[in-house]
Amino acid sequence: MSIDYAEKIPNNVDLASDRALQRALEQWQPNYIQWWHDMGPDGAQSFDVYLRTAVSVDPQGWAQFGYVKMPDYRWGIFLNPAEKDRKIHFGDHKGEDAWQDVPGEYRANLRRIIVTQGDTEPASVEQQRQLGLTCPSQYDLRNLFQVNVEEGRHLWAMVYLLHRYFGRDGREEAEALLERRSGQTDNPRILQAFNEATPDWLSFFMFTYFTDRDGKFQLCALAESSFDPLARTTKFMLTEEAHHMFVGEAGVSRVIQRTCQVMNDLKTDDPAKLRAAGVIDLPTLQRYLNFHFSVTIDLFGADESSNAATFYGTGLKGRFEEGKRTDDHVLKNETYTVLQVADGRLVEKQVPMRNALNEVLRDDFIRDSIGGVGRWNKVIEKAGIPFRLKAPHKAFHRNIGSLAGVKVSPDGAVISDAEWNARVDEWLPSAADRAFVASLMGRVVEPGKFANWIAPPVMGINRQPIDLQYVRFN
Amino acid sequence: MNPSEIRFVKQHLIDPEICIRCNTCEATCPVGAITHDSRNYVVDASKCNFCMDCISPCPTGSIDNWRNVPRVGVYSVEAQFGWDALPPKLADEELMPAELGEESTAAGALTDGAAPLNGQPLQPSSAFGATVPPWSAARAYTNLYGPGAPEKAVSATVAGNVRVTEVGKEYDTHHIVLAFGATPFPVLEGQSIGIIPPGVDANGRPHFARQYSVASPRNGERPGYNNLSLTIKRVLEDHQGNPVRGVASNYMCDLQQGDKVEVIGPFGASFLMPNHPKSHIVMICTGTGSAPMRAMTEWRRRLRASGKFEGGKLLLFFGARSKEELPYFGPLKSLPEDFIDINFAFSRTPSQPKRYVQDAMRDRAADLAPLLSDPDAYFYVCGLKAMEEGVVLALRDIAEQASLEWASVAAALKRDGRLHLETY
Repeated sequence: MSIDYAEKIPNNVDLASDRALQRALEQWQPNYIQWWHDMGPDGAQSFDVYLRTAVSVDPQGWAQFGYVKMPDYRWGIFLNPAEKDRKIHFGDHKGEDAWQDVPGEYRANLRRIIVTQGDTEPASVEQQRQLGLTCPSQYDLRNLFQVNVEEGRHLWAMVYLLHRYFGRDGREEAEALLERRSGQTDNPRILQAFNEATPDWLSFFMFTYFTDRDGKFQLCALAESSFDPLARTTKFMLTEEAHHMFVGEAGVSRVIQRTCQVMNDLKTDDPAKLRAAGVIDLPTLQRYLNFHFSVTIDLFGADESSNAATFYGTGLKGRFEEGKRTDDHVLKNETYTVLQVADGRLVEKQVPMRNALNEVLRDDFIRDSIGGVGRWNKVIEKAGIPFRLKAPHKAFHRNIGSLAGVKVSPDGAVISDAEWNARVDEWLPSAADRAFVASLMGRVVEPGKFANWIAPPVMGINRQPIDLQYVRFN
Repeated sequence: MNPSEIRFVKQHLIDPEICIRCNTCEATCPVGAITHDSRNYVVDASKCNFCMDCISPCPTGSIDNWRNVPRVGVYSVEAQFGWDALPPKLADEELMPAELGEESTAAGALTDGAAPLNGQPLQPSSAFGATVPPWSAARAYTNLYGPGAPEKAVSATVAGNVRVTEVGKEYDTHHIVLAFGATPFPVLEGQSIGIIPPGVDANGRPHFARQYSVASPRNGERPGYNNLSLTIKRVLEDHQGNPVRGVASNYMCDLQQGDKVEVIGPFGASFLMPNHPKSHIVMICTGTGSAPMRAMTEWRRRLRASGKFEGGKLLLFFGARSKEELPYFGPLKSLPEDFIDINFAFSRTPSQPKRYVQDAMRDRAADLAPLLSDPDAYFYVCGLKAMEEGVVLALRDIAEQASLEWASVAAALKRDGRLHLETY
C-alpha cells in the first residue's frame, strides 16, 4: 500500500521532512486501520458520516464538516503553535527553558504518562463499539461516531509523541496501544474504568459527561507540562474534548427533559408508571449519576501519591490552570486537605500539597462537573418538578486511595457493610435498573425521529437542521 | 460594521441554556472579548470585533446568538453573568431607525408572509452568511491595533473631508480620507476600522469605538499614499424624530483637514472580495452600506484600467429613500455598462411606487439565478439589519423559481464563502 503521508495525514509538524518519523508511521498506520476495522464502531465502516475533521489548528481549519467513511477519516497530527521562549512555570525547574526534547532522567516517567493517556483513547472506542446498533437517532449516532474518530485522533496524537521522541521503546509502546483490549482478561486496558463496557446510551452520555471530563482535566494538567511537545499536543486535544462533553451534557439533559415532559403529561412521579410510559425516571438517573461520578473520580488516583509529587516537582504535569494560579508554583511548603476515615468517621487531614496533587485535580474536577448537574436541574426546575439531582459525596463508592472500601452513603455518612448492602440499590444502578434502561434501547435512524426516552436537541450540528441525514447507510 | 452612525448595534451573545462552559471560545478569541464567571461565559460588547473565530469551534452552537440593541442598552458583562436564559429579542418597532423605517417594515412583512421552508421555520437570515472568505481572497490583516494588540490605537490624519450630499437637504453624508503616514495599516475592500471619539460619555467613561467600512480599495483612496476613505452619515435625530446628535458621526463629519483621529483595527476576515479572473460580484446595499461596494468596485475598475485582469460581472443593487440620499459614488457614476450593472431602488420618490432592493433583485431574477449556482459568483449584502432577511428571502425565491434547491444552494454559498452579510 503506497500512501502519500504528507497528503493523507493532515499535520502541522512538517511530517514530509522527517523521514524517520514517516517510516515509523508507515509501519504503524496499517496496524491502526486494522485495529479500527476490528474494534471500531461495529458494522458502521461503510457509512458516510457527517463528521468534523481538523485540517489545521486555526479556528477556520479545525472544524471542517463533510461526509466521510470512518476508515477514511483523515486522522491528523496537530500541535498548537509554539510559544516563543516558553519557560517552565512550576516545580523545581521553574524559570528554565521548556524542554523541546525528553530529558534522559525523566524519560521513563514521561513515557508512562503518555502511554497511560494514550491507552484511554482506543479503550473508549472499544467500550462504545456496540452502541451504534441501538442509537436513539441519526443525530446521536453521528455524535457517537464523531466522538469515536476523535478518540482515534487523540491516539494518533500520543503515538506521534512516542514515535518522535522515544525511539524504539516508543514504537513498541505504540504497537502495544493497539494490542491491549478493553475488558479482555489477558491483555486489558491500563485503567480499570476503561475495561467496563458502555452498555447503553444513558451510560454513554454519563461517560462522556463525567469520564471525558476527567480526560479534560488530565489534558489540562499535561498542557502545562515542561515537555513542550506534550503541552502543545494536549492543548489542541482539548478543543476536541469539548465536543465530547457537550454530547454527554446535552444527552443527559435531553433525557431529563423528556422524562419531565412525560411526568407532566401523566401528572405522576411514580417510577413504575414512568417506566411503563417508556422513559427513564429521575431516581434511576440519579443512580446512574452516582455510579459514573464515583467511578470517574477514582481515575484521579490515590489522594496521597508520591508519583503525583514527582510529576509536579519534575515539571512533567502541572495543575489545572496552573498559569492562572497565584501561589509560588513550587508548593514545597503548602499543605492540602484530604479525607480519611478514623474511628468510623470521615476526618480531614493536612498533607504536603505536592503529595495531594491528585486530590487537588479531583476537587477541581468535582467543582466543574457539579456545574453541569446544576444546569440539568434547571431543566427539571423549568418543568416545575420539585426533584433535584445531586452529585454524591466524594467519599461515596470509592475504590482507590484511603477511602477505598469504606462504606459511605451519597450524603457522606460512614455506614456499616450491612446498611450498605441493604441500601445499595437505592444509590447505584441495580441489575434491574440496567435491564430496564437496556430494554429501551431500540434503533431509531429515520432522519429527524428520536427514541421515545429522549428529547430532540435544540439545534443540529454545524447549524444544520435536526432532520439532516447525518449518516448515510451504505 | 457600521458605516453610518451607530445607535443600534449588533451584540454578540452566548446562550447560557445551551453553553456547556467548555472554554473553547475564550481560548480562541484573539481579542480577549470572552470571559466567564462561575455561572456563564459572556462576550464583552466593547471588545468583540465580529471576527467569527469563536463560531466554528463551539461544540454546542450556543455561541451563535446576535441581538440588535440600542447602543445605550448594550448588555453589560455583569448583566450577562446573571442570566439563566437569553433575553427576548427587541421588537422591530423598538429597533427601527426613523429614516429607514419603511424598508424595515417591508422586510418584516415579507418575513411574516414567507412560507416555511421544508415545513420548518426559516433559519435566522444571519445564519446564511459565510464565515469564510472566498478562496481567492487576499490575506487580511486584522486586529493590528486594539484592546488585544500591543498597540492599543494609532493616530491617523484627516487628509480630506467632503460633503457629498446637497447642502440644504436633510441628508448630510461625508466622504472622509484618513492618512496613516508611515504607520502600517493595511486594509482590504470589505474590512472595517474603528474610530474612538475623544472625550467621555454621560457616565464619564471613554466612548466605545465606532466601526466604519472602508470605502476605498486596498492601495488607498489615493493610490500609493497609505490612506483610506470612509463614508459617514451625520445623525441628527433619533428614530422618533427627536433631535439627537450622534457622537461619532458628528465628530467625524466636523473634522477639519489636518485633525488627528484615534483608529483601531482593521477588522473582518470573511467579507472580502474574490481576486481570481472572471469572478463575479453581486453587491446589495442600502445607504452608507455602499462603502464596501464602492471599495470593491473601485479596485475592479483599477484592475480593468491596468488591462491585466479579466474581471467577471459586477451587479449592484442599491436602495435608498430617494436619489438625493445616494452617497457620492465618485468616478463610479460614469462607469460603462459593460463594467457594472447598476440597479437602484428608491422607496420615496414622489408619485412612484415604493421599491426596495429586493424588488430590484426580483426584477433581475433571470440574471441572478445562474449566478446563484455559479461557483465563481460572490454575493455581498451591507446595510441596515432590516434588509437582510428580505434579501435572503429574495435569493431563496429566485433560486426556487429557477428550480434550484435552495437548501443546497444556501449551503454552498455559505460553505464556499460566497454569501456575505454585514448588517447593523
